[in-house]
Amino acid sequence: MATDTAATTELSAADEGVRRRDWIHIAALGTAGVGGASVLFPLISQMAPSADVLAASTTDVDVSAIAEGQSIKAVFRKQPLFVRRLTAAEIEEANKVDVGSLRDPQTLAERTKEGHPDLLVTMGVCTHLGCVPLGAAEGESRGDFGGYFCPCHGSHYDTAARIRKGPAPKNLMVPNYEFTSDTVIRVG
Amino acid sequence: MSFAWAKQYEPQSAFTKWIDEKLPLPRLVYNAVGAGYPVPRNLNYMWNFGVLAGFFLMVQIITGVVLAMHYAANGLVAFATVEHIMRDVNYGWMLRYAHANGASFFFIVIYMHIFRGFFYSSYKAPREMIWLLGVVIFLLMMATAFMGYVLPWGQMSFWGAQVITGLFGAIPLVGEPIQVWILGGYAPDNAALNRFFSLHFLLPFVIAGVVILHIWALHIPGSSNPTGVEVKQESDTVPFHPYYTAKDGFGLGVVLILFTAMVFFLPNALGHPDNYIEANPLSTPAHIVPEWYFWPFYAILRAFTGDLTIPFTGIVLVQAKLLGVIAMFGSILLWFILPWLDKSPVRSGHYRPLFRKFFWFGLIPTMAVLFYCGGAPAEQPYVLISQLATGYYFLHFLVVLPIISQIEVPKPLPFSITEAVIGKGSAPEAPRAGSVDGGDAGTAPEGSLQPAE
Repeated sequence: MATDTAATTELSAADEGVRRRDWIHIAALGTAGVGGASVLFPLISQMAPSADVLAASTTDVDVSAIAEGQSIKAVFRKQPLFVRRLTAAEIEEANKVDVGSLRDPQTLAERTKEGHPDLLVTMGVCTHLGCVPLGAAEGESRGDFGGYFCPCHGSHYDTAARIRKGPAPKNLMVPNYEFTSDTVIRVG
Repeated sequence: MSFAWAKQYEPQSAFTKWIDEKLPLPRLVYNAVGAGYPVPRNLNYMWNFGVLAGFFLMVQIITGVVLAMHYAANGLVAFATVEHIMRDVNYGWMLRYAHANGASFFFIVIYMHIFRGFFYSSYKAPREMIWLLGVVIFLLMMATAFMGYVLPWGQMSFWGAQVITGLFGAIPLVGEPIQVWILGGYAPDNAALNRFFSLHFLLPFVIAGVVILHIWALHIPGSSNPTGVEVKQESDTVPFHPYYTAKDGFGLGVVLILFTAMVFFLPNALGHPDNYIEANPLSTPAHIVPEWYFWPFYAILRAFTGDLTIPFTGIVLVQAKLLGVIAMFGSILLWFILPWLDKSPVRSGHYRPLFRKFFWFGLIPTMAVLFYCGGAPAEQPYVLISQLATGYYFLHFLVVLPIISQIEVPKPLPFSITEAVIGKGSAPEAPRAGSVDGGDAGTAPEGSLQPAE
């Protein structure tokens, strides 16, 4: 084989055990490996949300004009946001439910801000597969429990937007938000 | 398709044996760039640039696919999406600078690769097909680079598109309809931008396909070498791996140092500030030049300032505009017949004294002058200088090379690569099994050794 050619005899002579050349193999391949991995990082990172997407991550909503029993749809991170002013009857109905019997146990108080028990702010994104539930606009079906109803796969949410029936695993998500004044909330 | 003494791939584990039976891809790699490809032992660093060109093609495809995730080919937003890439996308600045400078480095290594081909006559039999495919790759590269430069939709992009498509307008009779058809309008606009983006995305993969043919054609006769003497015996070669993977790896490391220095410290040195101004169809930049890698050909284009007329009659045979276009395309298309212009049986410039003189004192200064004039403004004395240089360029290929190959007395060639490397004393080695006709010194005509299938 090639081992008897002049160019490779020096290799075969030192073939036993640890060779001086092992060092350069490890150093060269190690450097190439670290270099390759560090090139991979920006190639993966570039697919993450860019600075302009991250900058658009808060939304201010004026809630003063929402009448009792009425909902509005806003947009938060390119997704629908439901803001609903509950009626006294709806609050009562939500509080009547035995929390332990719920799929995703939460009280209405846990889902609203202190001092504003009638203002329910949730994402308008069904926790099953991401459709927009009905019920936020006038005349839409509110499902069996008077809250929201997702027509895609039949998930029913109650007046506190908690999942009561259908395939969705979680209540409609309440995003992080705070009151920046009595009438304006900042979501995000 | 290799020499008789090439090592054979022997799968070791049960899994690699199974793979080798079903799809012998590891075998293909082993025979192409592994220990199964015997390569002349005397290759110098000029033989590094093919691998480097392949590397930069990959850099361009990877960074390009990634940039396409953030770019929008629409005249209204294209310029803004490039700024979006530069400012908002994570590492977008780095990816874009790598892509822009990657194009320059691709051309640098390709020009070195072509230079190697010219000096060592790599285009001669039995390697004509490798050369022809290489010229095809170069033309595809030029088209790809041009269309890529249009995409940022800056001033140079726009006016580059206007000027280059205007070349087609020089074709008699059908020129103008062709230009309008290429642009999809009367000036570069959304339609042109969109199709350039589509083709700019497609062509690199076409290039990759032709590169595979290029390498396939290379592996039939095997690599040439600095002596130009064909491989005759086993001692003339070493396996590609580890010898040339290591050597190419070292060269790649050096080039990557230069490349990253450009990307991180001089990212715009090879670009034009005007391209950071959004395209404006109503205002042409004062000094409009293509990217540096097109300068020699741009100089040839501009060298033709007068119509070709029948003397004393004033009848115009060919207009200056068309002459320039023909000369510019001709200067590259000429390379397609190069293997049949240079008929000297000696390949390497080292053994061709007359060829070497005209190469170093004729062709190379001419290319340098054309390069300089292509980037200079279209005024005297640059016009006259590029006219003289253009004249020599065509003279060199069409007249000088054929004449040299007839009258030149080449220096004596070494009998074999081994002799050239080690010296005469050790040259006649005992013939072995596998080294077919290495023993019968001197009588074997060059290239008589047919590589085994």
